[in-house]
Amino acid sequence: MKYLSFFRIRFVNGLQYRIAALSGAATQFVWGLLLILLYHAFYEADPASFPMRLSSLVSYLWLQQSFFALYQVWSWENELFELIQTGNVAYELCRPYRLYDAWLVRIIATRMSNAALRCVPILLLAPLLPEGYRLSPPENGLQMACFLLSLWLALLVVAAFQMLIHSLTFYLLNPQGLKIISQSVASFLCGEVIPLPFFPESAQKLLSWLPFASMGNAPFRIYGGDIAGAALAETLFLQIFWIAALMLIGRFLMHMGLKKTLIQGG
Amino acid sequence: MKQAIQTYFRYFTIHFKSCMQYKISFLLTFLGQFLVCFSVFLGVYFMFLRFSAVKGFTYSDCLLCYAIILMGFSLAECFFRGFDLFQQIIANGEFDRILVRPRSLIFQVLGSKIEFTRLGRVLQAVIMLVYALMTCRISWTPYRVFVLIFMLIGGIVVYSSLFLLRASICFFTLDGLEVFNILTDGSKEFGRYPASIYGKRVLTICTCLIPFALFQYYPLLYLLGYRKEAGYGLLPLLACLFFLPCYLFWKIGVRYYKSTGS
Repeated sequence: MKYLSFFRIRFVNGLQYRIAALSGAATQFVWGLLLILLYHAFYEADPASFPMRLSSLVSYLWLQQSFFALYQVWSWENELFELIQTGNVAYELCRPYRLYDAWLVRIIATRMSNAALRCVPILLLAPLLPEGYRLSPPENGLQMACFLLSLWLALLVVAAFQMLIHSLTFYLLNPQGLKIISQSVASFLCGEVIPLPFFPESAQKLLSWLPFASMGNAPFRIYGGDIAGAALAETLFLQIFWIAALMLIGRFLMHMGLKKTLIQGG
Repeated sequence: MKQAIQTYFRYFTIHFKSCMQYKISFLLTFLGQFLVCFSVFLGVYFMFLRFSAVKGFTYSDCLLCYAIILMGFSLAECFFRGFDLFQQIIANGEFDRILVRPRSLIFQVLGSKIEFTRLGRVLQAVIMLVYALMTCRISWTPYRVFVLIFMLIGGIVVYSSLFLLRASICFFTLDGLEVFNILTDGSKEFGRYPASIYGKRVLTICTCLIPFALFQYYPLLYLLGYRKEAGYGLLPLLACLFFLPCYLFWKIGVRYYKSTGS
């Protein structure tokens, strides 16, 4: 219950910045359009080399732009890093909640409130565009249901991954290097620069097993039917596996880190 | 003039010394900037493993294209960072202090921030430029060397003007506009491919409204020998005229400026 109110405070806080959200949605919309034009050019160059259906890719790109705020790995809760660095984490420890759970909820709430405002205009406009540019609905109800499930799982994977970095900060104190390297690697390997199907064939299998494929990749490809059948079950299973694994490791590291943490007076 | 250069040099050394106080932090941010650009480069590389050409452009053509735009963007961002973060200067009242000092306004904002970490991107751009020039089949003439230099200068001027324009808008909105990112970050991201592959409409916007194509796309066509008209090589100089309307807008903005009072 207390985590629910914690969630509400953060969520409502994020909803205050409406003009910024509208401006963000407009940026994302134009961004999406340009990306679609780009992939159209590659499709015309050689349709046979295209690794997924064009309509699936267009849906992928629109969803990626809509839920950008939900999955981008490089937006961090910087206040949490400051808490650890300044030692103010001591106040947090006095409060009657578990640190890991509270911070995890905080990350999820911030992302959801940012995404809630930004996704609506794009999701409303994108289906109205002409054929070849529009966000088309999934083929059947099962796909839609799996997409919605995967959407939540992917958010949990991103949040658990960030919590792992926060936990490691207890050991390193200066998180900057870890942040920069982890966010560059994660955003590239989750398909932010180019979607994973466009990576070389030989790397595909390995990439799909990494936790990054369970982030902003799995739900978008399930929606367009690019991941279906046995691969669909495997993807959902992998997402659940990575949530469990990342959370266990993060929790353990934070627990050990807090044991040896020495707060100096101040 | 001599005094201005001396003062700027002082600003330069102060910023350099201050960022050298945190060497590890500087190196890591530098590395981060490099990694981000490197992943974009890898994206282009992977695309061309799959597709041999797009709208007649090959892999090395696109690398040259990206190197030009990245060089212009990152150098402008390095030295014009004060304009990029102008909403902070307005919000914290720093601009009031700038107004009362007996030096040019643009000069002072220019000196207020120099971002050395952005040199990570410049490094990436230099490597790509050298690599692209080695693999491209350009039949070099003295004129073509000048065209390449014009392209680099054009890029720096256009991006600097854009940062100035972005700052001038802050006089009216008091806050940075995220939509403007499409013009700055967006053109850097999408400029890794020649503008024509986004279609005629985008190319027209990039020619007439914001002259990205004038310093990148058209001279590139001439450089690579896709077009024979030598005049294409001089278009980057035309692109530099973009500075004038931006400067005018800045002047109007300064006249309109009301202090936020903080």
